[in-house]
Amino acid sequence: MRSFTYERAGSPAEAVAAAARTPGAKFIAGGTNLLDLMKNEIETPMHLIDVNGLALDKIEATPEGGLRIGALVRNTDLAADPRVRRDYGVLSRALLAGASGQLRNAATTGGNLMQRTRCPYFYDTNQPCNKRVPGSGCGAIGGFSRGHAVIGVSDACIATHPSDMAVAMRALDATVETMRPDGSTRTIPIAQFHRLPGDTPQVETVLAAGELITAVTLPKPVGGTHIYRKVRDRASYAFALVSVAAIVQRDGTGRVALGGVAHKPWRVEAAENQMPRGAKAVTAQLLMGARTTPENAFKVPLAERTLAAVLAEAKGDA
Amino acid sequence: MKFDVPASTNPIDQLKVVGQPIDRIDGPRKTTGTAPYAYEWHDIAPNPAYGYVIGSAIAKGRIASIDLTAARSAPGVRVIVTANNAGPLGRAERNTARLLGGPEIQHYHQAIALVVAETFEQARAAAQLVRVDYVKARGSFDLAAAKDSATKPTGITTGAADTAVGDFAGAFAAAPVQLDATYTTPDHSHSMMEPHASIAAWSGGKVTVWTSTQMLDQSRGDLAQTLGIPKENVRLISPYIGGGFGSKLWVRSDTVLAALGARAAGRPVKVALTRPLIPNNTTHRPATIQRIRIGATRDGDITAIGHECWSGNLPGGKADGAVNPTRLLYAGANRMTATRLAVLDLAEGNSMRAPGEATGLMALEIAIDEMAGKLAMDPVAFRIRNDTQVDPENPMRPFSRRAFVQCLRVGADRFGWSRRNPRPAATHEGRWLVGSGVAAAIRGNVVQKSAARVRLDNRGVVTVETDMTDIGTGSYTIIAQTAAEMMGVPLDKVLVRLGDTAFPASCGSGGQFGATNSTSGVFAACLKLREAVARKLGFNAADAVFADGQVSSGARSVPLSQAAGESGLTAEDAIEYANLDKTYAETTFGAHFVEVGVDALTAEIRVRRMLAVCAAGRILNPKTARSQVIGAMTMGVGGALMEALAVDKRLGFFVNHDLAGYEVPVHADIQHQEVIFLDETDPVANPMKAKGVGELGICGVAAAVANAIYHATGVRVRDYPVTLDKLLANMPDLTG
Repeated sequence: MRSFTYERAGSPAEAVAAAARTPGAKFIAGGTNLLDLMKNEIETPMHLIDVNGLALDKIEATPEGGLRIGALVRNTDLAADPRVRRDYGVLSRALLAGASGQLRNAATTGGNLMQRTRCPYFYDTNQPCNKRVPGSGCGAIGGFSRGHAVIGVSDACIATHPSDMAVAMRALDATVETMRPDGSTRTIPIAQFHRLPGDTPQVETVLAAGELITAVTLPKPVGGTHIYRKVRDRASYAFALVSVAAIVQRDGTGRVALGGVAHKPWRVEAAENQMPRGAKAVTAQLLMGARTTPENAFKVPLAERTLAAVLAEAKGDA
Repeated sequence: MKFDVPASTNPIDQLKVVGQPIDRIDGPRKTTGTAPYAYEWHDIAPNPAYGYVIGSAIAKGRIASIDLTAARSAPGVRVIVTANNAGPLGRAERNTARLLGGPEIQHYHQAIALVVAETFEQARAAAQLVRVDYVKARGSFDLAAAKDSATKPTGITTGAADTAVGDFAGAFAAAPVQLDATYTTPDHSHSMMEPHASIAAWSGGKVTVWTSTQMLDQSRGDLAQTLGIPKENVRLISPYIGGGFGSKLWVRSDTVLAALGARAAGRPVKVALTRPLIPNNTTHRPATIQRIRIGATRDGDITAIGHECWSGNLPGGKADGAVNPTRLLYAGANRMTATRLAVLDLAEGNSMRAPGEATGLMALEIAIDEMAGKLAMDPVAFRIRNDTQVDPENPMRPFSRRAFVQCLRVGADRFGWSRRNPRPAATHEGRWLVGSGVAAAIRGNVVQKSAARVRLDNRGVVTVETDMTDIGTGSYTIIAQTAAEMMGVPLDKVLVRLGDTAFPASCGSGGQFGATNSTSGVFAACLKLREAVARKLGFNAADAVFADGQVSSGARSVPLSQAAGESGLTAEDAIEYANLDKTYAETTFGAHFVEVGVDALTAEIRVRRMLAVCAAGRILNPKTARSQVIGAMTMGVGGALMEALAVDKRLGFFVNHDLAGYEVPVHADIQHQEVIFLDETDPVANPMKAKGVGELGICGVAAAVANAIYHATGVRVRDYPVTLDKLLANMPDLTG
């Protein structure tokens, strides 16, 4: 870990102002991922701005009938919120499928969106990784890639985004509210929030330097059956091989987002037109153009079969 | 005492204390955090500096140059130890690669430097300033590719390179029913909770190391040899150990570097290996490729059985003894085994829980299941039919005890095996395909010399001292039970002191030999103490009765406290074995039954219930023994379903080298576990009439799981771990 300076911000405006005047600063909330990365010098911020005191820890109803989730709401609290459980079950289930109780107690809504890949080459500083050291190459391509992305990949990077929460938020059409260093705010649809790796896998979101997530807003509930199905080698405390966040309506229409398959939560709205026709038809379109390695090719049929299991569950067949 | 004839009736047979399910006597210290582990001796080794180990960034080659300038001037740094300044170092025979590498690099994450600083954080930060230029060399990292270059090994974890009885080739060719299949097992990491850790402090030319080792006396010698100092100048202290599973049988880099760092810094230095360093820096269970051929009559009698195993290791390393269980488990007049070893430039392969049997039975017990399928026989019945009561390689040599058939029968009964539909892929419960599987367990009883000292004081307290270790197994408790039984005192009058080379040398912990040999050593020492007590009182030792804190002979009865007198009485002895283990095959047996559910769509696998039936002689403490078997079964499930070090065959290292990437089972993976111990004694084994269980519990488990998955799905996987991706292609298409 490199030496760094540290300050506590008292308001979002104070936090972004601090970031603006300190190049190389990072915000820290739960720290469940950032601190590990700093210990291994994968992240080397010169300055940490602690945002835990920003009072962004409330879940409030919006005038539009949705929910506004403060960026500092802990994963545990978000999963347990009665409104989330009632109206956005897919989100509650996704959160509880992730990490462990201890981590969920510390991890925040904003931080969860910002967590970085668990690719083992990214974590081993002796190894090539374009995400960690741009231009150094990708260890996973041609290497150990069983857990890696199968869609939206590039020649530079095949890492996945590890979040469960974000996959459910993608299915829910959430929007991310931010404050920029100059104090202005904007909202970013979650579909546009995370980027594909392309030639710059080190750039993972559309956030500008020093831009702070203040909240995530969920639109009015859409009803339907909410399912989050996470498939992994062990039953708990593991990242998804494939996960499916689905909202299925009585008439068989609905929404589907996938986790564990791409550099971002993966959803193709056009594919959802196929939902009444079943998992095969949806997946064919959802994962069209998949580019797999011999080790992760199974994720394509697994996604299809997991979606089939979800659709059967939604129908009450399973 | 020399153990050269089977045990007759002795004080242990009273079973007032031994054989009782007593809570661990060290439990309160562990659950309250007051049992100091290797890294925690702050009070005894005060003001330590902290060492941080740097591992090689390449798998093979040499260090061209190493630049310590920036690191040396970093805050808090005291010294940096490298091969350039460490002075000449020896290498113990039990270490294949050097524990401090450079300039030659033998494997990835081989230690190349120790940065010593005032705090751990300073040492870690400075370590990241060390600049190393390497010259890479080509290495061999792919077992399948190196298989054809494998040769006859000079060392094997257990057994011989080649065995042959009868005419295997002829009998196999002539057999009306044949199986010829190849199985693979991956590299495994021990993944014990406590990492390798040591604190070293020098005084004059003598070093004391508080460390985490399974084998004190052996490690004492090996550390002395590495440092080039007399064995008497090394003291190791290791009373509490957070798991080992074979990874702590050997002196590793933490111990050597702590000693070197402390010598250079002139003060105590503590070193713990970070988790990501452990899989590539230390040892692991090596991967295997195994070919098994079985020939049988149509009635199901095995006529030919052959088992070949290929594994890899660094030059000079040992081969995995996977073929070993096949030599003793089933009948068959024509037999062969062969063990071959390829050179691989991965970290050193070595013992991990039940080395040989664990990997061998992963393959053999699938093969037996497959053979039963070919014969259309029930797999339990096929195993019973091919039981043998003598060593099949040497029919003149009986087993000391062999209750294998009883294990199978009791297990089948308790598990409800008869209700099983023998047809694969025929049982459904909702979304789950349900299947059950069985496998045999066999693991040797290893005899080892083990010494102890016992002292009786004027309060009637019996103190036992031996350098035996408790690696989480319950050694403290069973040793206390042994002494209490022998001396006729309650448990609270026994004090057990372990894990210090100042005490008599024990067998240590490993190879499931710890419990039986260490308690037998205590038995021997207690016999001597009883004699001393009797002699002092003028009793005839043979008919003195030790009970309730008294020693009695005829009408006379004297409290032990009084017998001890002011100066107390001390006795020391060791158990030593003649050749009963050559005359008899001394072996433990078991049967594992497993039920799994496999999701019909996603092929996710969950273990619904497990049952182990064990025949291992007298069970010294059913509670601690059960914990051992439950833990071993869990580790077996890991091997079946998820554990595998992923080899990067280009870059030459285990990629998933932490506990996020190397998954071991969690509670949610296994819903129910049950253990049955057959009521048995084995007087041929030792005076305790006991055998080990800690490794028997893992033997065969993975195959039982794999067989259950086959029964559930109809998909046979011969390549561990059995993960869902290996099932998917052959699962029914229900996606619609």
